[in-house]
Amino acid sequence: MLKITNLHASAGTKEILKGITLEIKAGEVHAIMGPNGSGKSTLAQVIAGHPGYEVTSGTIEYLGQDLLDLDAEERAQQGVFLAFQYPVEIPGVTNAYFLRAAYNEIRKAHGLEEADPIEFLDIMEEKLKLVEMDVTMMQRSVNAGFSGGEKKRNEILQMAVLAPRLAVLDETDSGLDIDALRIVAEGVNKLKKPDNATVIVTHYQRLLNYIIPDYVHVLAGGRIVKSGGKELAHELEAKGYDWLLEPAMSNAGV
Amino acid sequence: MTTPTYVDQFRTLTDATELQPDAPAWLPALRQAAFDRFNTLGFPTTRNEDWHFTSVSPIVEKTFKAVSAAPTMLTLSDLEPYLVDAEWHRLVFVNGRIEPALSQFAELPADVQLSPLSDMLREEPEWMEKHLGKLAAFDTAAFTAMNTAFMQEGIVLRVPKGEIVEVPIHILHVTDTNAAGAAIHPRLLVVAEALSQVMLVESYVGLGGAAYLVNGVAEVVVGNGARVDHYKVQRESIDAFHVGTVQVKQGRDSIYHGFSYAAGAALSRTNVYTKLVDTGSEARLNGLYVLDGAQHADHQTFVEHLAESCASRELYCGVLDGQSHGVFNGKVYVDPIAQKTDGKQTNKALLLSPQARVDTKPQLEIFADDVKCTHGATIGRLDEMALFYLKSRGIGGENARALLTYAFAAEALETIEIDALRLDLERQVFERFTHSQLV
Repeated sequence: MLKITNLHASAGTKEILKGITLEIKAGEVHAIMGPNGSGKSTLAQVIAGHPGYEVTSGTIEYLGQDLLDLDAEERAQQGVFLAFQYPVEIPGVTNAYFLRAAYNEIRKAHGLEEADPIEFLDIMEEKLKLVEMDVTMMQRSVNAGFSGGEKKRNEILQMAVLAPRLAVLDETDSGLDIDALRIVAEGVNKLKKPDNATVIVTHYQRLLNYIIPDYVHVLAGGRIVKSGGKELAHELEAKGYDWLLEPAMSNAGV
Repeated sequence: MTTPTYVDQFRTLTDATELQPDAPAWLPALRQAAFDRFNTLGFPTTRNEDWHFTSVSPIVEKTFKAVSAAPTMLTLSDLEPYLVDAEWHRLVFVNGRIEPALSQFAELPADVQLSPLSDMLREEPEWMEKHLGKLAAFDTAAFTAMNTAFMQEGIVLRVPKGEIVEVPIHILHVTDTNAAGAAIHPRLLVVAEALSQVMLVESYVGLGGAAYLVNGVAEVVVGNGARVDHYKVQRESIDAFHVGTVQVKQGRDSIYHGFSYAAGAALSRTNVYTKLVDTGSEARLNGLYVLDGAQHADHQTFVEHLAESCASRELYCGVLDGQSHGVFNGKVYVDPIAQKTDGKQTNKALLLSPQARVDTKPQLEIFADDVKCTHGATIGRLDEMALFYLKSRGIGGENARALLTYAFAAEALETIEIDALRLDLERQVFERFTHSQLV
């Protein structure tokens, strides 16, 4: 589904990703772990098409097409979804309006008819249950005045409505209490299907107790320094990141 | 000195009022004093600090004339788009003339007095002498002096002690092409006695695109423990000129909530001045201006903290396109006795075109030491992160920009506490920027 080859990306003059190679197949869950500043969030944002990063070399192939050739909105329309670490507040635009606008943009891109507000309400009711959100949340402005947990649940709600092929969750566990974490994780698990894939970007192993990854990759200094199965996450929890950082630093010539 | 035309106009006006034996004896002296002051001051120039960014020379050049309007041919269905809520108490003026057939306020509580200015001058001359012209000083304010000299019609609202008026009162000023070239000087006097509450919406609407001048003055007394919500919706014709001054005096533990929406007129100036004269009172002054083309909109606020433990909150947002020009000048004065003052002022502008311009000037004069006063001004373009957020949900560039422009404006609209009005303005602003319906 997603094939990243020797990806280099910079913000301004600073190179952040220094040669990432990664392949994700349909039905898989991959966890990307690593210390702060390792480039995890940058990788997530480059996949989603953040205009602040420049891809200087390498390729990303998504469902057989060149992902880097598409604008952020085209990527979303083709089924790429990024759950933001810091979801943006949009005052005056209700969650209901926003979600329906996004849903319809994606339907339009596939030549499907748009859903009217009544039809959409039916779709919403079922999705709201998934993240245990009350229907009154739909009439509130997008993320405005939401608690940290509500914002993250709202991201998963959007994911449920937009039904992406490739979902990238950027630090979705940060700032969540244990109940919110469980709700978010259960939501993600229920959305898992054989034809979609999930990438979980996280600093901590905590979320991976609830969403079991098929593969774990450790990012340090803009490179993947180790890959393994779910047991690698437990190893990182026990030992920290330091034992992996040394070789990365020496590779970087520091 | 002003032009001889205004001297002639004033002479004509005073000759006519001398023929009204039922006008109170003190009124001609007030008018004369105001006119003399107007004549001495002349129209403000940009050398005047309060008018530094706003040139009124287009108003000076046009020499607008006072008119006596004929009864209107407009019907209620013509006004339907501007009513906000047809159930509200409503007073309609067309070209400065009150139109009883288009108005409805019979359902007001019996002891609430809502009357045309001319009736009150005739029926309650002593009470009027105590209030009219007492807050709206014209020593240095030429437009206020002009209004006081020339005011013909207006509204007096008196809410007795403890009375809570549940349904908003809507004063709708409509100006159409019959008033082309006219100067209209609406006057409003509100006295909300202790512990009373009232919500007032003033709408200014231009129909048919005439050039005219509306120069309004409102005086609002908010008694001890009283609350006045005062909304102004300015949608004058695009060739019109609008100057509006609101002067407020607030008693102990009172709340005055003023909101100004400015989307119309070639040139508009809105002054909101409030004096917090007793402890525990609170002023909330908010507004939104949405400009395009060659429009110019200037807001000036002045909050005088004259007692302890008072609060003021201000949020003004502007969205400017074309070659439009916005001005915000927010003055806050904290008197030496006004300890524990809590003041916050925020002014934000969003520039949609490289030719659009905004001048913003916060002015804080603080003479007490135990106070919390902040101000912030931001002028900018759309937030890239927010744009990316919308795009990452499949919403393309144009639509994402439109939605975020609306969201920027909506932050100010969210301060509106009358739901029907908030929804009405949200709908208007949403349609303006997204060209689609807010459902």
